[in-house]
This record gives sequence, structure tokens and C-alpha cells, in this order.
Amino acid sequence: MTRHLAQRIAQALLVLLAAFTVAFVLLQALPGDAVLIKFLGSEMGLTADQIAELRVAYGADAPIWEQYLHTLGNFLRGDFGYSIRSGVPVSQLLTENLPSTLRLSLLALAAACAVAVLLALLSQVEGFGWVRAVARSMPSFFVAVPVFWLGIMLIQVFSFQLGLVSVIAPEPWEELILPVFTLAVPISAPLAQVLIRNIDAVFGEPFVAVARAKGARHQWVLWRHVVRNAMPPTLTMAGVLFGELLGGAVVTETVFGLGGLGGMTQQAVANQDVAVLQAIVVLSATAFVTISLAVDLVMPLLDPRLSRAVSAV
Amino acid sequence: MSGAALPLRAARALRLPPLGLVLAWAMVALVMAWAIAPGLFAWQSPLQGISGSQLAEPSAQHWLGTDGLGRDMYARVVYGARESLLGAFLAVTVGLTLGTLLGLIAGARGGLVDAAVMRLVDTLLAIPSLLLSLSVIILLGFGSINAAIAVGFVSVAHFARLSRTEVLRVRRAEYVEAAFGSGGRFLAVLWRHVLPNALTSVLALAALQFGSAILALATLGFLGYGAPPPTPEWGLLIAEGRDFLASAWWLTCAPGVVVVLVVLSAERISRSLGARRT
Amino acid sequence: MDLAARLSPAPATNTSAPLLAVEDLAIRYVSGGTSRRVVEGVSFTVAPGEVLALVGESGSGKTTTAQAVLGLLPANGAIESGSIRLDGTDIAHWPERKLAALRGARISLIPQDPTTSLNPVRTIGSQIAEILQIHGERNRGRIRARVLELLTRVGLEPAEMRAQQYPHQLSGGMRQRVLIAIAVALRPGLIVADEPTSALDVTVQRRVLDLLDDLRREYGTAVLLVTHDLGVAADRADRVVVLRQGRIQEAGPVREVLAAPKSEYARQLLADAPSLATPRARPIAPPTAGTMLKVAGLTQLYPMAGERSRVFRAADDVNFEVRAGTTHALVGESGSGKTTTARCIAGFLRPTSGTVEVGGTDVAQLSGEQLRQFRRKVQLVFQNPFASLDPRQTIGQIVEEPLWNFDAVSRIERENRVRGMIERVGLPDSVLTRPPAALSGGQRQRVAIARALVLKPRVVVLDEAVSALDVTVQARILELLDELQRELGLTYVFVSHDLAVVRLIADTVSVMRSGQVVESGPVETVFHNPANDYTRDLIAAIPGSAGAAGKAAP
Repeated sequence: MTRHLAQRIAQALLVLLAAFTVAFVLLQALPGDAVLIKFLGSEMGLTADQIAELRVAYGADAPIWEQYLHTLGNFLRGDFGYSIRSGVPVSQLLTENLPSTLRLSLLALAAACAVAVLLALLSQVEGFGWVRAVARSMPSFFVAVPVFWLGIMLIQVFSFQLGLVSVIAPEPWEELILPVFTLAVPISAPLAQVLIRNIDAVFGEPFVAVARAKGARHQWVLWRHVVRNAMPPTLTMAGVLFGELLGGAVVTETVFGLGGLGGMTQQAVANQDVAVLQAIVVLSATAFVTISLAVDLVMPLLDPRLSRAVSAV
Repeated sequence: MSGAALPLRAARALRLPPLGLVLAWAMVALVMAWAIAPGLFAWQSPLQGISGSQLAEPSAQHWLGTDGLGRDMYARVVYGARESLLGAFLAVTVGLTLGTLLGLIAGARGGLVDAAVMRLVDTLLAIPSLLLSLSVIILLGFGSINAAIAVGFVSVAHFARLSRTEVLRVRRAEYVEAAFGSGGRFLAVLWRHVLPNALTSVLALAALQFGSAILALATLGFLGYGAPPPTPEWGLLIAEGRDFLASAWWLTCAPGVVVVLVVLSAERISRSLGARRT
Repeated sequence: MDLAARLSPAPATNTSAPLLAVEDLAIRYVSGGTSRRVVEGVSFTVAPGEVLALVGESGSGKTTTAQAVLGLLPANGAIESGSIRLDGTDIAHWPERKLAALRGARISLIPQDPTTSLNPVRTIGSQIAEILQIHGERNRGRIRARVLELLTRVGLEPAEMRAQQYPHQLSGGMRQRVLIAIAVALRPGLIVADEPTSALDVTVQRRVLDLLDDLRREYGTAVLLVTHDLGVAADRADRVVVLRQGRIQEAGPVREVLAAPKSEYARQLLADAPSLATPRARPIAPPTAGTMLKVAGLTQLYPMAGERSRVFRAADDVNFEVRAGTTHALVGESGSGKTTTARCIAGFLRPTSGTVEVGGTDVAQLSGEQLRQFRRKVQLVFQNPFASLDPRQTIGQIVEEPLWNFDAVSRIERENRVRGMIERVGLPDSVLTRPPAALSGGQRQRVAIARALVLKPRVVVLDEAVSALDVTVQARILELLDELQRELGLTYVFVSHDLAVVRLIADTVSVMRSGQVVESGPVETVFHNPANDYTRDLIAAIPGSAGAAGKAAP
């Protein structure tokens, strides 16, 4: 078990290092030199000397592998460098912006899980064929809706038309209702799809027939046999969806004008502020890797068959 | 190979395809027609506004009203199809070619090559897709083609993973073993048996990714990293319409509905090809 | 009479009303807009304590009938007409709620495949306890005591430990014991046993069926035994109902049906069942025939997962010789190493050590182009005719492919040979342009044989080549193989778990267990005079070998 854990963690660290490298290659190593882009084209009218000075200050003149090791070392120490645009340490920007995004994402994930479970249960309702059909077609529809458009439409309907949620000087909780819902919709879709597909698959398993032959009724079978077996793949899916969640949060924050990583990312892209974007990319990859590691470690608790594999490897 | 497929298709054609699938194909066909010959569907200019008729409500003259500059919204949506479809097509081509190639090599060679490719795929999947495409855009710069390449780059990992799995699945199949047993050479068996059987689900994924690419491109367009104004691009149209949300909600609503329908159709078609969203 | 004696566990009752009376049952399936009647006019009764076997091949409606009795038809199936009377009450159209109360308590099920019939994420104990809980038992102490009692009764000891285990920690035979424990837990009047042992090895199958026999005698339970195996029915049932395509062909006491079948189909089925058929006299190969295949010291090792130092011996010093034009059978249960050996012979697996000489060439030394050329001489026919044909090719393309790989002959010549081969294996010309999906299992296996023979090989390795087929289909394929061997002078290596089939087709046999050959020799000698205990066990376990008479003894 400990060996498996060590292996799994080593693998996770490797992926992280690779993610850092990808971000570095895309953002820093390739020809688009951030400092040049920023100052050469700008109207500041800097001389070549001044730019060279700046390059030294930002460490952009060193050989590429030296920059790589330097940046990596800094990242490991928690030093994400300085925003090229504002000159503020990136870590400071992150501490300012991360909490609100995290709150939005977690609330949305919770809401998405609730919606997914609701759809999955409706998809199994006995007797009402149309309810089942609607519940089953909702996920495809949810996936197809652009997040930003959904946000705008919700504002239009609930704030402008119905006046239910105020957009001007809203309460803190009021401010979050629509964004959370907006973000939850696209996340809930794949969750619901996986859940419904697995529940259907488990219902077709011979052990369900055995349970029914024992005299168990639909609800009993659903709760005592099916749900437990349909959980593990859904959990994996929830882990994988984290990336979507973060991307969605960026867009949602933009639509609703909320502060957070979203605004920060947008600023960074607009200003080609690579240090900021690199920190965000590495941070989200870290979160993703941590979450999938956690999911992997929790899995054997849900499925005893896996605990054997774990102890054997 | 065509001989093998024919009788099957003939048998299937006897049954009517489900209505949803027919509608999905119809929608895709319509949007494609928009993209190929927008002039046939919209007779007003998508770029030239008519002064004095800004923000007109939908009417017989302007089916979807006019925008803030008096441009016919319907024309802009129709002409926007070209931008979105071409972009999505480019994105899927990039992802499909690169990804399938990587997956094929990984699955067919195995060993160290496989391990290396799969770790790369893991890495690409670990970075949220929006952030990854934004990183690529920073590298390449803004613009519709660059946005499409960025979106395609993100899907490389998905294509690589699926095609590898498929190649491994088909390689383990008994009919492939039987083909070797009949004296087939490696490349001949790969070409005659592995590729055709592995490709079906990859194509299904391509259909699915086509829809996802349209969504992703619209998102990038909305954020302002795609085609620059005044290009009619669906995401951009929604962004522009947003300023008039309170007075002319249809400007935002219409392009969104078109996006939803197209993506929904792509998903339905993909499902009919046997895709699974995992 | 003997029959009466066998019904003794439930004395007086069998003259009164039957426990189960199915009358004129018709069941219809609806799928994709088309509807099909799969069971029609089926009537039978089961007396208390009696074993009634529903026998039939695939598509006979035997399982559907059993599902209807339990009220567990698939969602797209419905009882069209007829009645199912349990204790005199017609339950055919009962609502789910009422049926659920009946299931487990009055009728229970022993399912087909023990590996998938237990919930993988719950312990054995909780799954046995469940049937007690569903039917109202709340007292934890009583539940626990009864679970342990049942586990002990079905031979799973120590019961406390077994109750804590998960299904994947038990073997197939043990899981089937758990399922039997569940089925008898509430002492139902009727157990529906749907192919209860077809997924198990023969020796395990016998022990599980013995257990079921003991328990039903002890409790006086009636059993509706669904099986494809006439041998199993002969051993275990009092009366038999033979079904074909949803209709009853024949019904009666098992002995009468076996001794003097009245219907054409039952006669056919009886003649084709390997376990009941009398072995045909095989022409003895001329002693002059040289050795075609010689396996010496064949060993195949695999590293054990997780334990680096240990190896798994899939094949362990296997030796045998096969003379040209004869059939040698490799027989054994799962994990015996028979398939590993076969794959080494066919050149799909390079043995860790040892030699496999085919006509003087050592297969184990070949690789690359040499190995490819070698395949002209040795061909393999796979077990599953659904998986071994490329779904995207036509039958013509499939059979043509080996020629295309080797012979630089003209297209017309190739086509002629393909046509000739297809005709030879008894298929019509019209299949040439069809995909495998349009063919039945038996037809597909004919195609696989045609593909193997089109290169005119000297040795054909048949890996469980008839195991997936219905008995009547299986018999036709065996006949075909026999004819082809005589015509073309082929040498067969016939891999099978089914000793009855082996006895029909093989000249010599090697009995394998845990990678080793435990006994080897001419078929008649091995079957009539087995020297090894395990061989004796295997032979005794062949269903039907004991005959109906064997069961009469108390």
C-alpha cells in the first residue's frame, strides 16, 4: 500500500513537472519574448539599452535552460515572480484573487453534483416515461450551452425581466446565485451522463437480477446495489471535471464582473503577462493532479476489488 | 472493404433513422450551406450598417433585428457560420491529425514510446483546457486562425488517448491475431484490420469535438481573443449584443441559440456514430 | 417404481395439485419496432419436491420461460397469454409489488454466471442477510446466526471468515455456493436454476449440483432446472421438457425421453449430445504414418504480478507426439495450460524452453519471415467465431486473405479456391459477399475453418473450436472436421475442456492440470482405464455419464 502510494505520488509529481515545462515552453521559451512584446511595441518610447536593462532585470537574457531552472527553483520556493504589467508579486495577486474563485467553484461543484444526482434519479423514475426522457436529454442540452451566453441570458431573465436577483449593489449571497448556477450547468452535464449511464449499466448486471429474485423492490435495488456500484466512475469524472470548472469560473467571472482568477487571467492574456498566466497554469495543474490523486486513493474504499490491486502492486 | 460494409448499410437503411438524428443532420447541413454560400441565405450585408435603423426589433425586413450599428443581425449570424465552422474544422483537423498520429504510434509501438506519449497526454489533460488554449494564444497572438489552432491543440490529448485505447483494443482482438496467423505482415494487418476498426470511434470523437470546438471558439471570441471586430463571429456577436441586453435581448439570444443547436446536433450525430463522452 | 422412489422427499403431495402449473404460455419481445413471439403454447407442471428440466439450445425460450415464472422478464418482454399458477393461483399478471413478496420466499433463483451474480462491493454475509431483511427479519442476532448456518451448510467454512469476504475473494464454485445459500435461505417451494453450472469446470459443476441435490431433498424443494446440457438433465431431473424455438417438442419422465424419444428434434438432440452419444469407431491411423508433431519439454513461465521472485508455470515440461493424420486432444479445466500449449504449437507464443517440432522444423526457433512462412503449415481455429472474424470484411475477403498473403496467383484462381473452400465447409455461395454479422455462430465457425484450410496446412490447432456452439451445431462441425481430416490427411490438435467431445473426435489425448500433463495415451485407454486420480475424477464428472440410473441411489 505504501509503495503504491509512493509510486502514485511520484507519478503525480512527474506530471506536475511536465505541466510546468509545457507552460514554460509555451509562455517563456518560444520566440515571443514577453519583455520585448511588452516594451518594444508600446508607446513608452524606451531605448534599446533600457529594454536590455529590463531584460536583465527580468532574467530574460540568460540562456533558456538557466531561465528554466531559475524559474523552477523559484516556483518550488513559492515565488511566482512579478507581474510584468503591474510589477506586483504574482503570489500577492493570487492570494487576493484565489479565495473568491475557489468559493465560486466549490459552490458550483456542489450545485452541479446536486443537479446531476437529481437528473440521475429522475432518469430512473418508475412509470413516468416522459420524466425519464426529459431527464435523459437534459445533459446533452446542458453541454451544448455556452457558459457565457447562459450567464447573460440568466441576467436578462432573472434580473432585467423578472427583477428577482438584483445586479446593482446585490447582497454577497445574492451576487453568487446566478454565477453558481451558470457554472454548475455545464459541469453537471457530464456528471449526470456518467451517472445515468452507469446506473443503467448496473441495472443490467446479473447481480441486480439476483437481488430482484430475492424479492427486492425497485427502490431497494437502486439504493442498496446500484448507487454504490455506479459511484466510482462518477467520482473519477468529478475529478476530471475540475479543469472545466476552473475554465468555466474564468468565463463566469468575466460575464458577471466578479473579481477573482477570471479577471486576473483575462488581464494577463490581454497584456501578455506571462508570469501571471504561468503561475495560474501551474497552480491549476497542481490542483488537478492533487484531486485525481485523492480520487485514486479514495477509490478502494468504494470498490473493494481495487484494494486488492493496490496491495498487490 | 467497401464490399463488406455495403450489405450492412443496406439492411440499416430499411429502418427510418430517429427523428432527432434527421433534425441534427438537417441543422448541420443548413449551417454548412450558410458557411459555403451565405449570399444565398442572407441578402443584406453583414458588415455595412444602415444608419437610422439601429437596434431595430425583429421584423419581416430584419428577421433578427439590427445591431447597434444598424447591421442586419440575421445576415451576421449567417455569415458568422463561415468563421465558426472553418475555425472548428481547422481545430478538429489539428487535433485529429496530431492526436491520432500520437495515439497510433503509442499504441502500435508500446514500451517506452507509449509511456512517454501517455505522460505527455496526462500533462496536457492536467491543464484546464481554457488556460491551455489561452497559453497557446499568448504564444501565437490573437486572431481567428490562432484561436482555432489553440483549440485544436487542446483536443490533441483527447484524440491521442482514444486512438491509443482503440488501437490496443483492436490489436488484442482475435481477428487481428487470426490475420497474423493467416500469414499477414505487420503493416498489412495494421492497414487492413487495425486501422479501419479503430477509426470508427475516433471519427465519432471528431464529430463530438467539432461541437466542443465551436463552443470553445465562441468562448474565445466572446473573451475577445478570436476574430477581431467587425468580423461576424458567433461568440463575438454575443459579446457585442451584451451591451444592449436590456433594450435588445434578441441580439444576444439569437447567436446563442444557433450555437446551442449546432453543438447539440454535433453531439447527436457523434452519438449515432457510437461515441461516448468520457 | 424407481420414479416414485425418487419423488419420495415429497410424498403424498405429488398426487394433489402441482406446485407450479404453466399453461399455454406465450411471451412476446418488442425491440426496435419489431415484435417477436419467443415462447408459444408452453405448458408444464412441477410437483412439490420434483426436478423438472427445461432443455433446449439457444433461442429455445427456456430462459425466457424461467424468467416469466419468476416475474422477471426483461422490460421489453411481456406475457401475451396463458397462465402461471403457483399453488393454484395465477401469478402471470400480478403487479410487481405482489410478485416481489413472492420472490425469494416462495420461488427463488440460482443464476447462470456466479462471477457476475454477486454484488462486487458488498460482503458475502450481507448479501445472504439481505434476503432475510427483505422478507421482514429485523433481529440482527437471528440474521447473523442464520447467515453463518447457511454458509456452513453450503460448505463455506470457516463461516465467520467467509461472511466478511467480498465476492472477488472467492472462486467461481464458491460463489455459486453462496448463491445457492441465498436461494434456499427462506426454504422456498420452488428454485429456478438457470444454467446453474455452465460457467464452471466439470469437477466443480458436479460438486455444486450434488450440493443442490442434497439441499432440495433436505428441504423438499422443487427445482425448475434450465439447461442446454441433456447430460445434466439426465443426471439430475425427474422429468424433462424439450424446447425448440419457443415450442415444446417433447415432455415426459427423463428416462422415457432418453430411452425412446418420440419427437424428431429430441432424437436429434440426443444423438448429438456428446455426453450421451456412443463414441463412433474412428479409423485407426496406419501405423506407418510418421510423427507430424513432437512437443518436448515445453515450458512457459510468466512472472507473478507483484511478486518478483516467483513465476507462474503456465506450461511445465509438456511432452507428447502426434502422428500424421490423427487427432490429439489436450484436455483440462481452466488454468490447466492447454491453451498455452496450443498457442506455442501454432507459433503465437514462444515457449520459455522446450521444442515444438512440426514436420521436422522447431517452431520455437522461428521468427520474422520464417515464422510467417511456417504458418502455411500450421493453422489455428479460435474458440469464439464472433471475435475471430473481422466485422468489416466480407466472408469472401476473410477466406481469401491467407491466399493473398502468400500466393502470387491470379485473382480468378484465388476466387475459385475461395469458392471451392466455402462449398467444402458446407456453406452456400451467397455468403461470400456477406459480413460475419449476417451469419450464425455455426456458420461463422465454418468460415473460420475455411480460412484455416485454404492454405492447405498440415496441422490444424483447434482451440475450444466447438465449445461456444449449440450441441446440434457442434455435432455438425465435428462431422465436418472428421470428413476434412480423412479427405486431406490433416493432423489435429484439439483443445477442449469437454471430455465427452474429446472422446468423440480424438485418437490420442493428454490430460492436463496446472500446466502439467498428468496422463497421456490413446483415448480408449485413458477413458476406460484411467491411471490417474484426477483423470478418473474428470471422467466421472462428465454429465450424463452416470446416467439417470446413477441418481436413483439414495
